[in-house]
Amino acid sequence: MTKQSREKAARFASSPGLRAWRRLCANRMAQIGSGIFIVIVFLCFLGPLFITHSQETQNLAYGAQAPSLKHWLGTDNLGRDLLVRILAGGRISIGVGFAATIVALVVGVTYGSLAGYAGGRTENVMMRLVDAVYALPFTMVVIVLTVTFDQKSIFLIFMAIGLVEWLTMARIIRGQTRILRKHTYIEAARVNGASHTRILFCHILPNLAGAIIVYTTLTIPAVILLESIISFLGLGVQPPKASWGTLIHEGAQKIDDSPWLLVFPSIFFSLTIFSLNFLGDGLRDSLDPKENTN
Amino acid sequence: MITSYRMHTLLRRRILQAVPTLWLVATATFFLLRLAPGGPFDEEKPIAPEVKAQIEAHYGLDKPLYLQYFRFLGNLLQGDLGPSYKYPGWDVQEIITQAFPASFELGCWALLVALILGIPAGILAAALHRSRLESAIMAFATAGICLPSFVVGPILILALCLYLDWFNPLGWAFPADRILPAFTLGFLYAAYIARLARVGMLDVLKEEYIRTASAKGLRQRTVLLRHALRSALYPVIAYLGPAVAGLVSGSFVVETIFFIPGMGPFFVNGALNRDYPVVMGTVLFYAVLILIFNLIADVIQMWMQPKTRYD
Repeated sequence: MTKQSREKAARFASSPGLRAWRRLCANRMAQIGSGIFIVIVFLCFLGPLFITHSQETQNLAYGAQAPSLKHWLGTDNLGRDLLVRILAGGRISIGVGFAATIVALVVGVTYGSLAGYAGGRTENVMMRLVDAVYALPFTMVVIVLTVTFDQKSIFLIFMAIGLVEWLTMARIIRGQTRILRKHTYIEAARVNGASHTRILFCHILPNLAGAIIVYTTLTIPAVILLESIISFLGLGVQPPKASWGTLIHEGAQKIDDSPWLLVFPSIFFSLTIFSLNFLGDGLRDSLDPKENTN
Repeated sequence: MITSYRMHTLLRRRILQAVPTLWLVATATFFLLRLAPGGPFDEEKPIAPEVKAQIEAHYGLDKPLYLQYFRFLGNLLQGDLGPSYKYPGWDVQEIITQAFPASFELGCWALLVALILGIPAGILAAALHRSRLESAIMAFATAGICLPSFVVGPILILALCLYLDWFNPLGWAFPADRILPAFTLGFLYAAYIARLARVGMLDVLKEEYIRTASAKGLRQRTVLLRHALRSALYPVIAYLGPAVAGLVSGSFVVETIFFIPGMGPFFVNGALNRDYPVVMGTVLFYAVLILIFNLIADVIQMWMQPKTRYD
C-alpha cells in the first residue's frame, strides 16, 4: 500500500469506534483533561523514585517549613516533605478511586443488566431495592459501612465506597438494557435458540460498552471525592497512611501558620477531579453524540 | 378537579412507598451496625466484666439479636429512638432537637445561596448563548462542581478571614457567621443549578411559542422572564430533591470546617464510637427528611407542569 492510498483509506475508514475516537480528539477540554490526569498518575506512581526524601522520615528540626529549594512544597509540622506526602497520598486516592470503581462496575453492570433483561416483577423488585438505598446520601451510607467493617484498612474503605457507587451504575445499565432488549436482533438471537446467558454476554453487554466506559470515567472522580470526604471527617484512611483527603484535613487545621499544607494538596486534588470530569464529559459527547448535555 | 385527583394519587403513592423504604433503611442499618466487631462498651481500658454485663443489660444488649431488633422497631413506631450510649442521660431525640436547628438553618441558607446564584447565572448564560460571558459563567460552574466544600471552605477562611479579616473564621454566634458556611455549602449546588437552568432555558427557547412571542415584538427580557422562565426552571425543580439529600451530608463536612454546633459532629462521633442509637437515629431522621423534601419537590413540579406523569 502506498502512503497516499493508506491516507485515503484512513480518511474514509469509518467505524463507530473510529468516529468516536475522532470526535474525542477534536474535543480540546477532553484532551487537556486526559493529559493532566496522565501526568498526575505518572508523578504519583513514579515520582517518589526520583525524590530523595522519604515519606515517613520525620525531622522535627525542619518542621513546618515554607517551600524551599530543598523541600519544593515545604514540610509539615513533623518535618516530612510535603511533595512526597502528596504523591504518596495521590497513590492511595487514585488507587482507591480505581479499585472502588472496579467493584462498582462489576456489581452495577451485573445487577443492572440482569434487572433490565429480566424485566417484569423481578426488575421492579430489584430496582425498588436500589431506590431505597438511593434515598439516603451516599456519604452517610459509606460512614455506616465503615463502622460495620471497623478496621480502617484501605481495602475495606474502597469496598464500602464501591458498594455504594454501584447503585448509579446499575440504574444506568438497567435503563440501557431495557432499550436494547426490545431490538429485533435480540429477538432474532432468541429465535435462533441462543440461551439467556449468551444473549446477555454476546449481544447486550458489548452494545453497552459506550455507556460503561463513560460512567466508569465519571465514577472515578466521584469515588475519589467520596473517599476524601470520609478521610476529611477522620473516618477514612488512618495515619501514618494519608490520602489527599487526610492531607487537606491536616492542612485545614494549620492554615494560620502553614497555608502551603492546605494549598498544594488542594491543587493536586482539584486538578485530578477537574481532568477526570472533563475526560468523562468528552467521552460522553463523543461516544453518544445524541446525548449531548450541553 | 383533575389536578387535585392527581395530587391525591401522587401523595398516596409516595406515602405508601415511603413505609417499606423506611423499614428497609431501619433494618439494614440495624443489622449492619450489629455485624460490626466489638461493642459500644469495649473501651481501650477494659472495664470489669460484671460492670460491662450490667451496662449491657441496662441497654438490653444481652438479649438475643432478634428480640433487640423487634424492641428497636417497636420503639421506633412510638417515635422513640433510644438513649445515646456515649452521652449518658441523653436521648437521641434530645440530641436531634438540640443539634438539628443549626444544621437546618445552614442547609436553608445554602439552598438560598444556590438558587440566588445559580438561576440568574444559568438564565444569563442561556440568554447570551455563544458569547464570552456564557463561557465564563460555565467555566465558573465547572469549577464549582470540581472544587469540593472541604477545599473551598478552608481556602475561603484563609483568604477572607486570615488575610483580609472580614469574617470570623469559626463559630455560629452572629448573623455574619452564616455567610461563609452557606456559601461554601451552596457553591456546588449553585453550579449544578446554573447548568440545569441554562440547559432548560436553551431547550425552551427553541419552542415555537417563544418564537411567536418574539415575533409579536416583545422585548427579550419579557420573553425570557414571562414566557420561558417557568418551563426553563423545570429541571431545576426536579433537581431539588437530590440537592437536599446532598446538602444534608455536605453540611456534615461544612460543620466540621467552621465548627458549627449541628448534627455533623454527633453523627461522626457516633460512628467513631459505635454509638448505635445515635447513628441509626440520625440515618432514619434524615431518611424521613429526604423523603419529605422529595415529595415537596414533586408537588411543586406537578403544580408548575400539570402535564407530567408519575408512574
